[in-house]
Amino acid sequence: MEEKIKAKVMDARKIKRAMERMSTEILERNRELKNLVIVGIRTRGIYLGKRIAQLIAQAEKVKIPVGVLDITLYRDDFLELEAQHMVQKTEIDFSIDNKDVLLVDDVLFTGRTIRAAMDSLFDLGRARTIQLLVLIDRGHRELPIRADYVGKFLPTSKRERVQVHLEEVDGVDEVLITEPTEIE
Amino acid sequence: MLLIKNGRVIDPAAGIDETLDILIKDGQIAEIKAKITIDSAKTKVIDASRLIVTPGLIDMHVHLREPGFEYKETIASGARAAARGGFTTIACMPNTNPVNDNRGVTEFIMGQAKKANQVNVLPIAAISRGSQGKELTDMADLKEAGAIAFSDDGQPVSSSLLFRRALEYSKMLSTLIIDHCEDLELAANGVMHEGQWSVKLGLKGIPSTAEEIMVARDILLARLTGSRVHLAHISCRGSLELIRWAKENNLPVTAEVTPHHLLLTDQMIADYDPNLKVNPPLRSKEDRQALVQALQDGTIDVIATDHAPHAPDEKDTEFDAAPFGIIGLESALPVLLDRLVQKKIITFSRLIELLSTNPARILGLKNKGHLRVGADADLTLIQPQKKQTIDINFFASKSKNCPFNGWVVKGMAIMTIVGGRIIFNALKK
Amino acid sequence: MIFNHKHLLGINQLTPEEIMTILDTAESFLEVSRREIKKVPTLRGRTIVNLFFEPSTRTRSSFELAAKRLSADILNFNLLASSVVKGESLKDTILNLEAMNIDALIVRHSASGAPHFISSFCKSHVINAGDGTHEHPTQALLDAFTLRQEKKHFSGLKIVIVGDLLHSRVARSNIILLRKLGAKVVGCGPPSLVPPEFKSLGMEINYNLDEAVERADAIMMLRLQLERQKKNFFPSLREYITHFSLTPQRFKRAKKEAIIMHPGPINRCVELSADLADSVHSVILKQVENGVAVRMAILYLLLGGKDRDATD
Repeated sequence: MEEKIKAKVMDARKIKRAMERMSTEILERNRELKNLVIVGIRTRGIYLGKRIAQLIAQAEKVKIPVGVLDITLYRDDFLELEAQHMVQKTEIDFSIDNKDVLLVDDVLFTGRTIRAAMDSLFDLGRARTIQLLVLIDRGHRELPIRADYVGKFLPTSKRERVQVHLEEVDGVDEVLITEPTEIE
Repeated sequence: MLLIKNGRVIDPAAGIDETLDILIKDGQIAEIKAKITIDSAKTKVIDASRLIVTPGLIDMHVHLREPGFEYKETIASGARAAARGGFTTIACMPNTNPVNDNRGVTEFIMGQAKKANQVNVLPIAAISRGSQGKELTDMADLKEAGAIAFSDDGQPVSSSLLFRRALEYSKMLSTLIIDHCEDLELAANGVMHEGQWSVKLGLKGIPSTAEEIMVARDILLARLTGSRVHLAHISCRGSLELIRWAKENNLPVTAEVTPHHLLLTDQMIADYDPNLKVNPPLRSKEDRQALVQALQDGTIDVIATDHAPHAPDEKDTEFDAAPFGIIGLESALPVLLDRLVQKKIITFSRLIELLSTNPARILGLKNKGHLRVGADADLTLIQPQKKQTIDINFFASKSKNCPFNGWVVKGMAIMTIVGGRIIFNALKK
Repeated sequence: MIFNHKHLLGINQLTPEEIMTILDTAESFLEVSRREIKKVPTLRGRTIVNLFFEPSTRTRSSFELAAKRLSADILNFNLLASSVVKGESLKDTILNLEAMNIDALIVRHSASGAPHFISSFCKSHVINAGDGTHEHPTQALLDAFTLRQEKKHFSGLKIVIVGDLLHSRVARSNIILLRKLGAKVVGCGPPSLVPPEFKSLGMEINYNLDEAVERADAIMMLRLQLERQKKNFFPSLREYITHFSLTPQRFKRAKKEAIIMHPGPINRCVELSADLADSVHSVILKQVENGVAVRMAILYLLLGGKDRDATD
């Protein structure tokens, strides 16, 4: 199945601006910065989380710890997958007990990834609050979940795919809408 | 009367390999020459052109399981399987329950065979009572009742002294002693050949030496007593060297090999198929090659199947728990034709020597194993070009433990005639 | 598809890449095992049966913990005393268990090849937890995991395996695995317990322990079954210890940073001296910890995803 690029909806400049806006919003909402920790969801959530931490460090001179969450073991579609996903390590080397956890992911879609991530966080400790940051909210929620910070609302059709590319992983910062071209 | 016309007649005993007609009358061969013409309406004529006609095949080593284990095989089912495989005579081992160690069991077996009315069934009686290896059976009485030979097969005669006595006594009866060569202590409850595959599979090994030691002992006791010893199911190279030495020294020793030892090796057990569990075990590639060579150079006298039926349930289990044994009556001729004769490893005539001429001679069957006028009209008709897939579902045997299942082979028995009577016929009308 | 097997019957069936996949996956589960809440919901609703025809506490418990930490339901079936005695065939036992709609069978059996036989007819996943004197794949994988923790790589390592190789399924699986990953393996023990056929597995044999451990990176001591002496595999325990026990003096011949491994349970002062067993070189307890993580990884890789028509 080939993917056809339909539109480039964000470039590096737009992503940067969205991140800066969201970090400002985070600062407004979280007075007790020392209590904030960031947990990025593998893979691109990690780098978005690190960028947020860096922006906050620049603005407030506070170092926010960033952890990595692998949600594979908590997926609800685990038994339906054609093949197992490679499990990778969850690397959170700080306690989340009584912390304000900022969960970071690239795209919010059905909400199931976030559900899995929250279940996973509950097994790791009792956070005081959990907030959610996503770069793209593309709609089509299947669970009652909503993000606290959104880089861009992007109405899509279910057939379409939203691909976030980041410098750290993909060598370029961009957000694309693609569509599978099926040959029938 | 029965007239078999235009067959390629192969009779190694008479040195015949030519197109001839054979006339059968009163269960005997009445005439054998080119172009026999008979104008009697009573004569059934069989067109054997493109077929090979041989003296009936003789399997001198089968287990029929009756009495005692009728769920594995009966004399009737075994005899039927033999007929379908092209055999006209089979000799059955005494390890039944009760053991064939007295006139009663011998007569029972012969009675059941008569009722089955298929191939000739010749009982082999036990050497020792209950095959326990302690006391000799009443060998003279057994011989008189119909025992064709003596063996404790399934078990060796572990006591060298008892084996010596059996050989001495057998001389008086001019009968044959057959030994299953295995040093039980060295075999140490092994389940397959001891070698790199037993190490890889973690299965307990039976060293070749367990057989060779007993082959050596038997040969030396044959030399001491001057009595005939037939060595059953030889499986390894070392045994062949010892037999060669015995023959060079003109000792009265003969030896047999099974189709499975000629064609299969220990490596095939890699998937733990219990149908490959057999005693003696399938040996190494080198042993197999040596056995095939021994067919060519005459070290081996006989091919016998060691047909050892076990019920499907008994073999459908873990390797260690499965009983030893492979059936062979219905697969032997096809696999031997395909893998040895078609591949030109041995000639057709040599195969018939191994399957008919020699077993008849060793068992002392004067009117069998050849096609001279006056011989018993036991014949096997073979269609050498017929291709088939060996399929246990069509076997007459009650058991299915045949590792050749699924083999595609060329050549098979198409008609079996015993005493002038057609007991198996797969020829299209 | 990262791991296309339905069953884990032996190391023999695995490619080096698949072995590495298992070890990498186990890293993640080691992290889970070290959490305060040592449980993930991954295999919720799946039923796994621990089917042990031989006594075992360690391996059975390790599998049980692994299954529980993945949220699977696990049933312990100890068949030493039940239906086997009543003459039920192995096949019938399995068919009866399967009728209860189970998903995986962890099998320990005294007959080599028993898991292969079971996998030939049953619908569930079969995991070999030790078959006769054939293989014990999860032990070899946890040993490899421990070796990798300590040595970072396998290629070129010299691993010495000491003791009763003939009757050891642990040794066979380890030899096969280490050879696949490019390590050099030397077997050592009395010739009656280390027959020359072992060379066909690609290893060397040295009957002199002093020579064998020379510059070794790791030494695996196998458990000696003391009843072997009764069958004359060696004359006496005293003589065995003199020649094949790992002493501090002998251990000095190995590399400075060499490690000592043992599948447990140890016969102290038989396979190795007590002070070595407790020394910094011993990784025996790490092996036990890693065992749970490796078994979680195997359950995850086999039971994860849709039912597959795998290659075996």
